[in-house]
Amino acid sequence: MSSSPVAGPAPTGPTPGSDAGPTDRPTPGRRRGPGRHGRRVRPVSAGTPRGPRRRTGRYWPQYLAISPYYVLFSVFMLFPVLYTVYLAFQKWDGIGDMQFVGFQQFRFLWDDPVFWLSVRNTLVIWVLSTVPMLFLALVLAVLVNSTRRFTALYRVALFIPSITSLVAIAIFFGAIFSNNFGLINAILRSLHVSAVPWMSNEWTIKLVIAALMTWQWTGYNAIIYLAGLQAIPSELYEAAKMDGARPVRIFFSITIPLLRPIILFTVVISTVTGLQSFTEPQVLFGSEAATNPNSGGPGQAGLTTLLYFYHQAFDNNDFGYGAAIVWAFFLVILLIVLINWRLVQRKERRP
Amino acid sequence: MNSQNRNRLRGLSVHLALMTGVVISVFPFYWIVVMATNTSQDIYSYPPKLWFGDNLLTNIQHLFDRMDFFGSMFNTLIVAVCTTLLVLFFDSLAAFAFAKYDFPAKKFLFGLLLSMYILPTQLAIIPQYEIMVQLGWLGTLKALIVPAAANAFGIFWMRQYTTSSVPDELLDAARIEGAGFIRLYWHVVLPCVRPALAFLGIYTFIAAWNDYILPLVMLVNPDHLTLQVALAQLYAGHSTDYSMVMSGVLLSVIPLVLVFTFFARGFIADATKGALR
Repeated sequence: MSSSPVAGPAPTGPTPGSDAGPTDRPTPGRRRGPGRHGRRVRPVSAGTPRGPRRRTGRYWPQYLAISPYYVLFSVFMLFPVLYTVYLAFQKWDGIGDMQFVGFQQFRFLWDDPVFWLSVRNTLVIWVLSTVPMLFLALVLAVLVNSTRRFTALYRVALFIPSITSLVAIAIFFGAIFSNNFGLINAILRSLHVSAVPWMSNEWTIKLVIAALMTWQWTGYNAIIYLAGLQAIPSELYEAAKMDGARPVRIFFSITIPLLRPIILFTVVISTVTGLQSFTEPQVLFGSEAATNPNSGGPGQAGLTTLLYFYHQAFDNNDFGYGAAIVWAFFLVILLIVLINWRLVQRKERRP
Repeated sequence: MNSQNRNRLRGLSVHLALMTGVVISVFPFYWIVVMATNTSQDIYSYPPKLWFGDNLLTNIQHLFDRMDFFGSMFNTLIVAVCTTLLVLFFDSLAAFAFAKYDFPAKKFLFGLLLSMYILPTQLAIIPQYEIMVQLGWLGTLKALIVPAAANAFGIFWMRQYTTSSVPDELLDAARIEGAGFIRLYWHVVLPCVRPALAFLGIYTFIAAWNDYILPLVMLVNPDHLTLQVALAQLYAGHSTDYSMVMSGVLLSVIPLVLVFTFFARGFIADATKGALR
């Protein structure tokens, strides 16, 4: 926008193309750009008394300012999400005509062993990653909080994994856990332990994926916990110490209860992101095509639900079934988040 | 004396534990460099080489033979830069309207923005794909940039900051001078919210640079990919030539880690604030 100086309260005017109409008063001699917006906006700041009869017309600059998000959101998110519901009742390959099939996709889903296998895989990987992740994060946060030296270094080093590209890290994990040439097996052999076929066993595949997620998000959660710990007033600790409470007792009676809202937050976030694991197995076992019975690794052990969804929708072009999978799975995620919420909340009520 | 020793011992074990965490956090970067600077034969050999080699340039040469590295990096850069600039502009503008004005339906609109935040992208991705087909954008970078040009998190974040750090007196003074909405935004708000923009910019840039699922779905032309998709394909096709693949991983990760480390302290503080609000 140009910055021509303006003298006096600027009234302004309907300029060609401005259909904001009635509230705009004309000012001759103003340039078009600033003129359009130079109208004295009624103001505004949060404390302004509300007039019941204000016309929405005079707020068009504000509506215009917030509109990009709502337009993009409606076109690329809200409409697609609703359309996905519609698609779940159709049979469609993305090119030909749609065919209404009622609940048939969901009935098929219910009887589809691969879908349930993928749900089980996702849940197992989620538990294997989230539990150690949040536990270690809490330990790290308490440790950093107990010291004053090197804290800047600790914070940066702990945070770096969370901004690292998932693809890069998946390739790295694929390399070090490789059955024949990986670093991990080389270490095991040098300790005279027999090598583990990490990438072909049903459980170790899940462990590798879970380890990857744990590596990436433990530090991030630790930094979040650390912020929560630093918000706890130190007088509380001092009072407890004076009463003779021991560190373990202090931790469970003061730290944990005061940290509960933040723990709840991290549980919800890691549930939502943990259940949506896709990139990890896709990169690690991506060369297995959709038609391959081993998609998602040997025995489909790394086939998460979103990976299965991706195969059905974009490799098999079965858009209707894909839509059914992703909606069913969204409801599963919602259910688990609600259960988590209730569990953490209930603990809060306990004295 | 005894208790002093015990305290020192405890402090030492705390740092020992934390240093272990630091080592685990940064070990992958070290090992990526080790693999990228040695030959694949060195990595295969037993015991494996644990220190940097001098084969980096050869590995990079092989990498360039097998993938259009700079083309992919250029695509990624375009997506990340365009997305970041658009997000900064649209989000801060919307945030200004939400923070400093009262207008009908404001509460409803802002509540909508917050509640829709939880919808996962995967729920929308099939119709999004179809929309891109209809628009003729499939396979182009527009398909990645346009849907990401404004987001709820950024508006929320910028609104908090605008509310607290743009003084109303300053706005009123500028208003008396006759400044309208856009001029207030440009000359008063933007200079005040620069620190918040810095965080949002870095955050958006990193997210766009690392994004995988959307480029994977939308970029259907194998000669026109972003770095993440191209690397994943390279790995799928040459998963045993570690040193070559790792030189690509190294080149793709290093710029981002350097940028991050440079801004890290402020960024981490802001990221925590952003998460906890």
